[in-house]
Amino acid sequence: MKLTRGFRRLAVVLSLLGLAVMLSGCGEQFVVLDPKGVVGKHQLDLILITTGLCLIVVVPVIVMAFVFAYRYRNRAGSKADYQPTWEHNTKLELLWWGIPILIIVILGAITAHYTYKLEPSKALASDKKPIVIQVTSLDWKWLFQYPDQGIATVNYVEFPANVPVRFELTSDAPMNSFWIPQLGGQIYTMSGMAMKLNLMADEPGTYMGMGANFSGREFGKMRFDAKATTQAEFDNWVKNVKSTAPALTQEGYDKLAEQGTMGTQDYSSIPAGLFDKIVTKYTNGTVIHQHGGDASASTDMNDMNMEGMDMSGMDMSTSQSTTDAQSAHDH
Amino acid sequence: MWDSIKEFASGFFVTGDPLIYGADVAIVMTLIAVVSVLTYFKRWTWLWREWLTTVDHKRIGIMYVIASLLMLFRGGVDALLMRTQLAVPNNDFLTPEHYNAIFTTHGVIMILFMAMPLMFGLFNLVVPLQIGARDVAFPFLNSLSFWLFFWGAMLFNMSFVIGGSPDAGWLSYPPLSEMSHSPGVGQDFYIWGIQISGIGSLMTGINFIVTILKMRAPGMKLFKMPMFSWSVLSSCLTIIMAFPILTVTLALLFIDRYFGAHFFTLDGGGNPMMYINLIWMWGHPEVYIVILPGFGIVSEVVATFSRKRLFGYKSMVFALMCIAVFSFFTWAHHFFTMGSGADVNIFFAISTMIIAIPTGVKVFNWIFTMYRGRVSFPTPMLWVMGLILCFVVGGMTGVMLSVAPADFQFHNSYFLIAHFHQVLIGGVVFSYFAGLYYWWPKVFGFKLNEKIGKWAFWLWNIGFYVCFMPQYAVGLMGMTRRVSTYGWDTGWWGMNLVSTIGGFIMGIAFLFQVWQILHSIKFMERDTTGDPWGGRTLEWSIPSPAPHYNFALTPIVDGRDPWWEEKLRRERGEAPKAQPPLEPIHMPKNSGIPFIMSFCWFLAGFGLVFNWLWIAIPGFIGVAACMLAHSFNYNTDYYIPVDEIERTEAAARGAV
Repeated sequence: MKLTRGFRRLAVVLSLLGLAVMLSGCGEQFVVLDPKGVVGKHQLDLILITTGLCLIVVVPVIVMAFVFAYRYRNRAGSKADYQPTWEHNTKLELLWWGIPILIIVILGAITAHYTYKLEPSKALASDKKPIVIQVTSLDWKWLFQYPDQGIATVNYVEFPANVPVRFELTSDAPMNSFWIPQLGGQIYTMSGMAMKLNLMADEPGTYMGMGANFSGREFGKMRFDAKATTQAEFDNWVKNVKSTAPALTQEGYDKLAEQGTMGTQDYSSIPAGLFDKIVTKYTNGTVIHQHGGDASASTDMNDMNMEGMDMSGMDMSTSQSTTDAQSAHDH
Repeated sequence: MWDSIKEFASGFFVTGDPLIYGADVAIVMTLIAVVSVLTYFKRWTWLWREWLTTVDHKRIGIMYVIASLLMLFRGGVDALLMRTQLAVPNNDFLTPEHYNAIFTTHGVIMILFMAMPLMFGLFNLVVPLQIGARDVAFPFLNSLSFWLFFWGAMLFNMSFVIGGSPDAGWLSYPPLSEMSHSPGVGQDFYIWGIQISGIGSLMTGINFIVTILKMRAPGMKLFKMPMFSWSVLSSCLTIIMAFPILTVTLALLFIDRYFGAHFFTLDGGGNPMMYINLIWMWGHPEVYIVILPGFGIVSEVVATFSRKRLFGYKSMVFALMCIAVFSFFTWAHHFFTMGSGADVNIFFAISTMIIAIPTGVKVFNWIFTMYRGRVSFPTPMLWVMGLILCFVVGGMTGVMLSVAPADFQFHNSYFLIAHFHQVLIGGVVFSYFAGLYYWWPKVFGFKLNEKIGKWAFWLWNIGFYVCFMPQYAVGLMGMTRRVSTYGWDTGWWGMNLVSTIGGFIMGIAFLFQVWQILHSIKFMERDTTGDPWGGRTLEWSIPSPAPHYNFALTPIVDGRDPWWEEKLRRERGEAPKAQPPLEPIHMPKNSGIPFIMSFCWFLAGFGLVFNWLWIAIPGFIGVAACMLAHSFNYNTDYYIPVDEIERTEAAARGAV
């Protein structure tokens, strides 16, 4: 039978392929399947649950398709039933409207539950105080500012493991997306917004991070290392950066924001209010809110660096009221 | 003088890349070859009279198919260049700039200049025949649609050698696509190429809705209409709702770029998110626009080759319409990761999952059409089997992507790339191939060679899985889309190498199809029956190729499979129904205006791309003049006399 030979050929190819995947896999390269943080672990659970639920429908469909195609194939002397006018059966049709509906109801409920649970702007449960890292995507590099520590880095980020990290994300270039797969999913960096992403590493290690959204010529070079360390190592590292690295000035930042690529870099200090200035650079002082984010977060962001902020040319009172108007409009 | 010409030329022509010089030479040689062949065989007037000015839906359909296969070649070459670049780490076969241009044009061409025209080609070739009509509702408009698509596609493709290609991605998100970040003309080629052909798409949508609603043969109630025509109706309804959004979005982007407005820039109160919402409000329905007719094709092919009625007809119609409606409520799943918040994400996650339900129902119905049938497997049916396997798996990964919190890990990765290629190739391309193989003998009067066709089928399928299964894996390894190169340290190279091999296997499969067509033109026997597959619907009741008036007598329909029933009646030896005498047939006259008017659009678009008003303004004047000329042209139709119909029919029957 010509046809079965064809299918067998396909089966051989597919299984060889599967083997290749497993051999080259060796586990840890599949970063999404090897999470090292609480968010990534929940996301992996969800991926596995979805796959399982989908397979309930997909496997029987594929099996049925090929079994029926084989059983009812046209050949001389076929003993299989032939009913050329059989075109409707309410019970059967209700069955295959019903089963997918049921699965989608279950999957929808699970999705809703996890969507609230994993809302990226929500703080993670922990007895430790979160560390804030302000991330800016530039053409074509990443700037990480540590407002509490008063330091900054370019193209690598370091933080203690088992401490929640609150990333605040913006962009001073075409939008990009901030992704450390082993810690959890990505969030876009966009001008005019300070998006929140809460992540936490379970164990020390160096994790691959990247700019996931196309943002022009050299965007492919926007990979960075995310280093989770012990608290002691982190404190040492901060001290070291503070004492050895040069300061980041406003002029230094302007130069950094120019198009181009570079290696890693440390800065021992940051200009006051730089991050807020970047956020509102294109919007005359208005902050566009991330939906679902706690409204207070952006208010305390405005307050946070108030005293050091360069107020020239920026009327904070109107900016505050437009912020409120904007947020009322958005919600 | 010489220096200023040189300076102009170096900006005007794309320079500095051997690949492009090669293309320049190839384009010039092809043009010379075409012109000399036409001149040598004195075919210029033939070309003008029979093709460029035709309003016959069958010829327009053939031109759509030829154009889309050429675009498939172009888009495919783009794909192979990308796969070559990614085959090994740290490759410098393509520069990042060139790579960015190539993935942008690959996406635009495959969706807008390959899938859409191939779909329109099938609409044109099949729908009027299937519903027993003599042409579409508006034949002049139909011709205009084709030529707008054609010149729009030419304008877009020109950017490859003149001025520079767009390189901001196939949907060109601002601010990257704004003047501030893309100051070259590539982005303007993108806007005008798509705008001009988009007008054509919108008009085709209107044309086929009216054709299907108003021109069905007597007795063909909507619920007796063949499933392909239903799918065309649902697709066209989606087109007329979705395409105006695209037109407006690109017009706003043009105003931003040309007049310095701020619709999509943050300064001045605009917002790029507005663009992203708008473009996906078109972009998501767009993928359903191209897949819905695919569902229709599969339904026709499965019923024919199972020699059995289509199972669950009403369910199928309901499912088609559900998909058309729901496709408008899922757009935000393209940016779950842009901070829409939990409530919005849940809404769009669930609305996306809901689409899986009617889609799944269609697959069940196809399977149960085979159940208790007599299934044979010539090439069209093979493609359907390939489709069921591929599309079901692609659908499953689609559901995985719709789970919003999980999508945070899939978004922008190769997992996503593998998913949408699996539904677009495994769904759209496979079904259109099934349709092409199935209706080919109706259009040209001979079947395509089955043996070479099977080679092509297996190579396409094997190539597909070898190419895209590793991409799921490499997506889970964290490889993001659109990176032009990667290092050894990532561990991505093995999967990428395998994927590249798969890509080239598909390229070889395409060559087999080209060979198949050429071989069949030369060697295949003419089909004299008009019904080589044992078809069920009206198009198989007339000779192949169909005479240009389609039906000498308008058929009267009393069931869903009128031709199948008729054949059964004949088998039972029932006397054929008494036929009324032939009457003169009212037909539309050819017109050169669509071709000229679309060319004027091309000139206008070209002028706007380069900001050369001395070309743009005459172009627009030409468009207006064509409209006026057509408005005052009352000599648009004629009657085919009865004796000519009799002669044509006798010639066609004589061959039986």
